[in-house]
Amino acid sequence: MTDLLAILATESFWAATLRIATPLIFGVMGALLCERAGVLNLGVEGIFVAGAMAGWLAVWLGAGLAGGVLAALAVGALFGALHATLTVPLGLSQHVSGLAVTLLATSAAYFTYRTALPDVTSPPRVEPFRPLRPEWLTDIPFIGPVMGAQTALTWAALALAPLIWLLLNRTALGLAIRAVGDNPDAVDAQGLSVHRLRFGAVVAGSALMGLGGAFLTLSAFDAFFFGMVNGRGWICIALVIFASWRPGKALLGAILFGAFDAFQLRAQTQLGGLAPSQLFLMAPYVLSILALTLASRRADYPRALLKPWFKGQR
Amino acid sequence: MIRIEPRAAPAVGVARAAPLLAALAALALAAIPLSLAGADVAAAYALMAQGAAGSLFALSETLTRATPLILTGLAAAVAFRAKLWNIGAEGQLYLGALAAVAVGTGAVAAPVWLLAPMVMAAGAAAGGLAMAGPAWLKARLGVDEVVTTLLMNFVILLFVQMMLEGPLQDPMGMGWPQSEPVVAEAELPKLLDRMRLHAGLIVGLVAAALMHVLLSRTTAGFRIRAVGENPDAARHAGVPVGRVMVGVGALSGALAGLAGAGEVAGLKGYLTADISPGFGYAGVVVAMLAGLSPLGVVAAALFVAAVFVGADSMSRALGVSSYLADLIVAMALICVLVGGFLARFRVRLA
Repeated sequence: MTDLLAILATESFWAATLRIATPLIFGVMGALLCERAGVLNLGVEGIFVAGAMAGWLAVWLGAGLAGGVLAALAVGALFGALHATLTVPLGLSQHVSGLAVTLLATSAAYFTYRTALPDVTSPPRVEPFRPLRPEWLTDIPFIGPVMGAQTALTWAALALAPLIWLLLNRTALGLAIRAVGDNPDAVDAQGLSVHRLRFGAVVAGSALMGLGGAFLTLSAFDAFFFGMVNGRGWICIALVIFASWRPGKALLGAILFGAFDAFQLRAQTQLGGLAPSQLFLMAPYVLSILALTLASRRADYPRALLKPWFKGQR
Repeated sequence: MIRIEPRAAPAVGVARAAPLLAALAALALAAIPLSLAGADVAAAYALMAQGAAGSLFALSETLTRATPLILTGLAAAVAFRAKLWNIGAEGQLYLGALAAVAVGTGAVAAPVWLLAPMVMAAGAAAGGLAMAGPAWLKARLGVDEVVTTLLMNFVILLFVQMMLEGPLQDPMGMGWPQSEPVVAEAELPKLLDRMRLHAGLIVGLVAAALMHVLLSRTTAGFRIRAVGENPDAARHAGVPVGRVMVGVGALSGALAGLAGAGEVAGLKGYLTADISPGFGYAGVVVAMLAGLSPLGVVAAALFVAAVFVGADSMSRALGVSSYLADLIVAMALICVLVGGFLARFRVRLA
């Protein structure tokens, strides 16, 4: 038991926690932005896949890591624009549209990968992001080694949470985005375009999801695998509810999830003989369901979430 | 400037034609990925048609593939009618398959004629229980069922893998993670000589007919639709909304569980952790293409099955990735959504 607790004190555990949390932070911030504007985006699972593939493919084709990041953002935005078109001006079911986007983005990514590389047996590798180790960081105890193991994308994810908070809570645009998710009629009465705000939020949020996917192929790993997203997108949807649609809590939730996942991986190696590995792998999903159940009692949904809005119709 | 106006009454003709047009549009759009992949587009379509329906064998394969899709399509259609978003048919299918092998490998002593029905019933019961949980959480505590059912898919698949490497592993299976085969008496009869088509198809067709009667001719069906259309109004009218939710959930899960049991007892004979190539998720598309109508589900399942079987066969001949099928099915879903929109709204260039 003390051995298990000792895991929590190791630098490698916290480094892994942040690594696992990074794609979730991008995804949960993206999903939160969409939902705060009143649009549920179940496309996140598929956009992760498409972002992971597009980012990797761009680097593999020689566009460089920056090119990979841009490709992932663009592909995310593209699928976001599709979801936004279906749900905002057309007002179609956000549930079904989101699932359609996930199916389309996933199959488009797999089809493209197979078409671009018909004969490969082992996934080709690219040179991924390297950890950032600024001089001033290395001297700080504990934090130095933990942050020193992270790449630029993790730094960006950690910076993203306060930026989203600032956007939503300290800017006029953020106020309008929140209002459009709570009371679109009031926004319309002020002469702002409900549709444009929602469309923009969904596109921007989806671009962030694409970047979250690219982290998997350009930082956590160095290649694209089928099934590598493995439910991470759905975890993000759960985290948004768990966080009560607040960026700070969402960041915390993603890091907690990362810590739990990192812990189960290490516990698995320590207790390997005692229980089947699947029991450990199951734990993060079960934990998410439990957390969601506990959080649902006081869930404070954006009031216009899932509700399409048409001008002049109340 | 494009203007969108709601129609006074939904255009019935557009709504009726939408699924067919969507399917055709999706097939037409497949020309884009096909030509990007450098394939001869006309030849590819011909090969797909031939592979899906060009021979008795091809038809048998398409019907075999449609069998689980009818059941998962019904699972989604029934639940969606009540606006219960069960996206967990994949997991419920696996749990049904697991229950089927648990009962069907001879663990339970039963008269021979009862064995196959018991296997199917076990599958339905397991699937039903798997969905009753999320439905109860939704009705009682307001827990979002989309997320719980999606996450349960992963939990259940891991549980199935655990069972296949543990208590249910075939001791004669050379260490592969697979179950013992079900005993011969528990298998569903084949429908055609030397073909894979099995009696699961009849189970699916009967289920579709029963769901049609349930939804359109019974009080329970009326309550299900009432809960879907306006839960508050239903509650005021005295409908026990929570109980209807849990009931629909159990029914929906049972249909998905039947799909899994049918794959085990009718097709594979034993269980592996890759018995379903996403039948549960495809069920959502089937249900939407069917406009949530149980009889429409049969036609939609045939279309989706034909796309998958046809694309597989085309892929073997031309070397184009068989993920084309997933792409066509996803595009069909988007097209049918847009079609539903055009039935309710008029788009004018003003």
